Amino acid sequence: MRLPKPRGGLSEWLVARLAEPGLTGSAPGADSWDDESISLWTLHELSFRGFEDADDRAEWDPDLLGVRRDLETALEERLRARWTEAGAVAAPAPADVPTALEDLVAADDGPSLADFVRRRADRDQVLELLRQRSVYHLKESDPSAFVVPRLPVRAKAALMALQFDEYGDGDPNRLHSHLFARGLEAVGLRAEYGAYVDDAIPENLEMNNAGSLFGLHRRLRGAAMGHLAAFEMTSSLPSRKMVQGLERLGLEGPMADYYDEHVEADAIHEHLAARDICGTLADDEPDQAAEVLFGAFTCLDVEARFATAMLRVWEPQR
Amino acid sequence: MSERDFDHPDVVLVPHGPMLLRGAESVQDLEGTVHAVDRPVVALCRCEKSSRLPWCDGTHKVIPR
Repeated sequence: MRLPKPRGGLSEWLVARLAEPGLTGSAPGADSWDDESISLWTLHELSFRGFEDADDRAEWDPDLLGVRRDLETALEERLRARWTEAGAVAAPAPADVPTALEDLVAADDGPSLADFVRRRADRDQVLELLRQRSVYHLKESDPSAFVVPRLPVRAKAALMALQFDEYGDGDPNRLHSHLFARGLEAVGLRAEYGAYVDDAIPENLEMNNAGSLFGLHRRLRGAAMGHLAAFEMTSSLPSRKMVQGLERLGLEGPMADYYDEHVEADAIHEHLAARDICGTLADDEPDQAAEVLFGAFTCLDVEARFATAMLRVWEPQR
Repeated sequence: MSERDFDHPDVVLVPHGPMLLRGAESVQDLEGTVHAVDRPVVALCRCEKSSRLPWCDGTHKVIPR
């Protein structure tokens, strides 16, 4: 993947700095949320697959880490403020964590893009949604993989069971991000990693940045696992709607197969995540119970904001 | 925490949810058809409303209790 297009003064500075490591000078402030979001996305990406036109050593460049820390602090404050504003539920007893997660998910009243795809979306809208989704699905499960060494025994074993399934149970052809890439190709979209980052709206970048922030910081392991649980718990039924919508538009084949796989896989993963990962993590580290819920809320919140932004363009009248 | 063995049952019944089954190689459904299992854990439908029996598809969540 090549460096993304800048969206303002900060990302312009960052992209130039990554392309030419000799440059010095301090980073300007961000011009906008868009500028801030693409900058943090780019800095995080250095810890995933990197960029062919950036120096690999930039991942641990102290100046860039300073910029990343400032952007992450602002993002985390924003996410925590939204949790407080939404009436942050008090930390449940460890044994009640799975139920608290279920309650949180059941109370989620964000708009459903899967519903829209099933019933009304036209082909161009579905392709636009798939381009946006590709930013995450082409690195599906990668943020949670960073959390494995940071967990106690039971949660670690359960996360590995879940990740093993996400990564194809040892079969590269069944790796979920690979299934999505095959789906993109089949519907005539570009399938290479990071292909549509330049098209990502800031709500989408924020959704990705939140997941990466949680995955990359040991301190935020509870939030990362809560985020994972909420993601899995809201995947099975919507995936089925995606299959129905894709079939309605004549897009059956590998892309529908990708969502079809998630109907079944995530009906399993949601229990592994809520009970065996988050439940046992809270049991072993009770101070993580509140963090699990914060992470779960954030997952639902960033998706709701992304869906709202997409539907505002597609259905301004509604 | 002292080192100990953990409970790790092969079958777990999820309250108001599916039956989780670990380490199975095949499952026979209500019609007698045998399905191969290719995952370490599978979720078997208990509400009988799943669109892909014998597997759970999350449908139980939209059925009033």
